[in-house]
Amino acid sequence: MASPLDQFTVKPWVPIEVAGYDISFTNSAAAMVASVIVITVFVTMGMRKNALVPGRWQSSVEMCYEFVAKMLGDAAGPEGRKYFPFVFTLFMFVLAANLIGMLPWLHPFTFTSHIAVTFAMAAFVFIGVTLIGFITHGFKFLTFFVPHGAPWYLLLILVPIEIISYLSRPISLSVRLFANMVAGHTMLKVFGGFVVSLSAIGAAGVAGALFPLAFIVALTGLELLVACLQAYVFAMLTCLYLNDALHMH
Amino acid sequence: MADDKKKSEEMKATLDDLNTRVSAAREASKIKEPRGLNEATAYGIATRLVAELVAGILVGVLFGWYLDRLFGTKPWLMIILIMLGAAAGITNVMRAAKQLSPKDVDNKDEEK
Repeated sequence: MASPLDQFTVKPWVPIEVAGYDISFTNSAAAMVASVIVITVFVTMGMRKNALVPGRWQSSVEMCYEFVAKMLGDAAGPEGRKYFPFVFTLFMFVLAANLIGMLPWLHPFTFTSHIAVTFAMAAFVFIGVTLIGFITHGFKFLTFFVPHGAPWYLLLILVPIEIISYLSRPISLSVRLFANMVAGHTMLKVFGGFVVSLSAIGAAGVAGALFPLAFIVALTGLELLVACLQAYVFAMLTCLYLNDALHMH
Repeated sequence: MADDKKKSEEMKATLDDLNTRVSAAREASKIKEPRGLNEATAYGIATRLVAELVAGILVGVLFGWYLDRLFGTKPWLMIILIMLGAAAGITNVMRAAKQLSPKDVDNKDEEK
């Protein structure tokens, strides 16, 4: 039987090699393209009518918009409004990726289960937010690492701690999303394996297989929650980091 | 005639109701100050706090390992940086917990 980790293998679909670099179009890339298409269709087709009284579809697009706008407003204040397109894109991209990964058909690939992908996104957020901090505050942004009111001998310890705490942001951001997706999908596959191997041993096995099957149903519900929740947490932390860069402590 | 009167009274009642609802909605959309977020589920809070703690230590380990290799000071920088990393992780957890707690409990002066 296939290992429960098989689902995370990146398989090249269209092998492409440029100057010694492997830039093949993989199942991971295909999943990314699929999420971009899903989001584009969802938003543009939903808003095509642009009715004053929205229908169901337009209403759900507006709900996503308002959800992100409220999150950004609450976390970063009115100055954060400028960065709405970025946060909205990030949220919808992660959400679509997680939800596409939950589809039961076609064995879709969950690209957020790869640390390379999540760390790339987190590093982009981290570098962007740091640049915004330096652009809005100049070199005064460096005082972000100096806690107020601490005596100078404590600063020798506190400043390195603050710097490490700042550097740990992209790691915690990427590890959280990646670990959640890997753990959830592996667990689903493991229990799926139980069902298959139990039902292979006869009638008693089939009866016994009902328990892991029931568990999978419950777990799928939980995974749907996690998929949405982690997209929310990713976007929300981006907003909080933006707030730190814009207003400092 | 009695019917009409009843109707207009009903109308007035719904209008009043609408008025209060509209003003409530206006109030709700007014708040634009940054005030943190406190509407996460328990699972979200748990994963968030764990990741903050682990990330601090991980950064300590990674930087310690790299700097040790760079300067050839084998275990020492790593030991120091793991401790600093653990401290940073705990600081991160405390900060995250503070952000998650309801805002009316602690005051504005928590921003140090």
